[in-house]
Amino acid sequence: MIEEVPLPNTEDPDAAPFWEHALRGELAVQVCADCHARRNPPRPMCPVCNSLGLRWEVLSGRGRIWSFVVAHPPLLPAFLPVAPYNVVVVEAEEDPTLRFVGNLVAEPGAPINSVEPTTIAIGQEVVVAFERVADDVALPRFVGL
Amino acid sequence: MSHPLRDKTAVAGIGQTAYVKSLPDTELSLGVQAIKAALDDAGLTPADVDGLASYTMEQNVEVNVARNLGLGDVTWFAQVGFGGGAGCGVIGQAAMAVATGQANVVVCWRSRKRGGPATRPWAQVGDRVEGTAAFTRPVGLLRPVDEIAMLTRRYLHEYGGSREDLGRVAMAVRAHANRNPLAMMHGKPMTMADYLGARMVSEPLCLFDNCLESDGAVACVVVSAERARDLRQPPAYVHAFGQGLNAQHQTMTNYFRDDPLEGPAWTCARVLWSQAAVTPADVDVAQLYDAFSPLILLSLEGYGFCARGEAPSWTLDGGLELGGRLPVNTSGGGMSEAYVHGFNLINEGVRQIRGTSTAQVPGAQVSFVSSGEGVPTSAVLFTKEPAA
Repeated sequence: MIEEVPLPNTEDPDAAPFWEHALRGELAVQVCADCHARRNPPRPMCPVCNSLGLRWEVLSGRGRIWSFVVAHPPLLPAFLPVAPYNVVVVEAEEDPTLRFVGNLVAEPGAPINSVEPTTIAIGQEVVVAFERVADDVALPRFVGL
Repeated sequence: MSHPLRDKTAVAGIGQTAYVKSLPDTELSLGVQAIKAALDDAGLTPADVDGLASYTMEQNVEVNVARNLGLGDVTWFAQVGFGGGAGCGVIGQAAMAVATGQANVVVCWRSRKRGGPATRPWAQVGDRVEGTAAFTRPVGLLRPVDEIAMLTRRYLHEYGGSREDLGRVAMAVRAHANRNPLAMMHGKPMTMADYLGARMVSEPLCLFDNCLESDGAVACVVVSAERARDLRQPPAYVHAFGQGLNAQHQTMTNYFRDDPLEGPAWTCARVLWSQAAVTPADVDVAQLYDAFSPLILLSLEGYGFCARGEAPSWTLDGGLELGGRLPVNTSGGGMSEAYVHGFNLINEGVRQIRGTSTAQVPGAQVSFVSSGEGVPTSAVLFTKEPAA
């Protein structure tokens, strides 16, 4: 098993702009250049009109918790020191079918076990707060509003 | 209206190895042992086999299976993808091959050793991840149990379900394992207090919401209905089968479609029931893929046994146990017999038709088996008699 937290391949041509926006603290999605449908996670073709043309739209970063889990061992070694920790799925304020996976933290930069799990609730309003974990990677965390 | 595949083929033989945490034999040895047992059960020999079908995740390639069993000319072979969603699709592909004359005797199998922690796919993630996993693994959504726990929390929220509902699912399956001497959890009864007291793995799911980690192999033999009637065992007719991959589905992390709680089972159900001369109300016994207990609730709804949101109430009053409204996973399933990627559910579906289950539903005529919900999936209906 790997010792470190697995990181995204930020050179993936479909996903690279997402991670570039993330480094600037922005939550971004692909928008079809032709039919203007938003899509997430990133992919090369619009599933609505099959266009390959796209642009990126920066969202507000605000949304609601759609669901969450609290993970306990067995886990990858890098996650054992922070277990139990939460993982949340957040639906975007702009479109609740755009959902993002991240962690709820007490404040920007706080660890992923910094929120007491019994205080987390579906429907809770949150805003994104990316945490830089490598030169090329900032991961989505969320803080309560 | 009849369907061209309906009752044209049958499962004529079933075989398995022991199911334990750790077996010394290799996956190859276990696989060919299970296949030989299935051929013996049917009264067939390796020389009769001309077709092979398994999972894309199966590590025993066809040539090695053929060389060990001493098969002759194999004229058809295929694999089905998506892990635990594959099992019934393997049977269905075999049935289509036999019905269309591509092969006459097809062996289907799954052999897997994952009793050891390092053998589990989630533990083998690399330091950089690709595709949709790049959006889940780095934030700690690491394991299948995490991915399904996320859907489960939302399901319980939308429909007012509780951990006790999941506990009754796990207890029903465990009760059946306690009737099956070959089940890993035989002799280990479980109470609701045991369930609620178990350690959490990914809240809201605890240890006993998870399948076992097992070494073992399972196999069966598919032949034409005519041939099956001349063989040693009573045929379990392949009455209907379906596969399903629904719009905008994302394997295991089905959070990115409009309605994440409507999984591939819903698509699979439409094609399955459209082929069948029976309805969900006619099903006597069901084997529902249970890598995790909530998959049984989602499958009950997806396949139309009950309406959406009703599955928790189906767990009440022993509803899923022998004698209840729909007995499920009567050999103990993945949670209490063994986890062989759901292929043991298929053999148990066949035993119910033969009348040889250790938790036999008296006079069972229609036996339903599903593969994994939450991934592109498949299901099969076995019947005791061909439809008129």
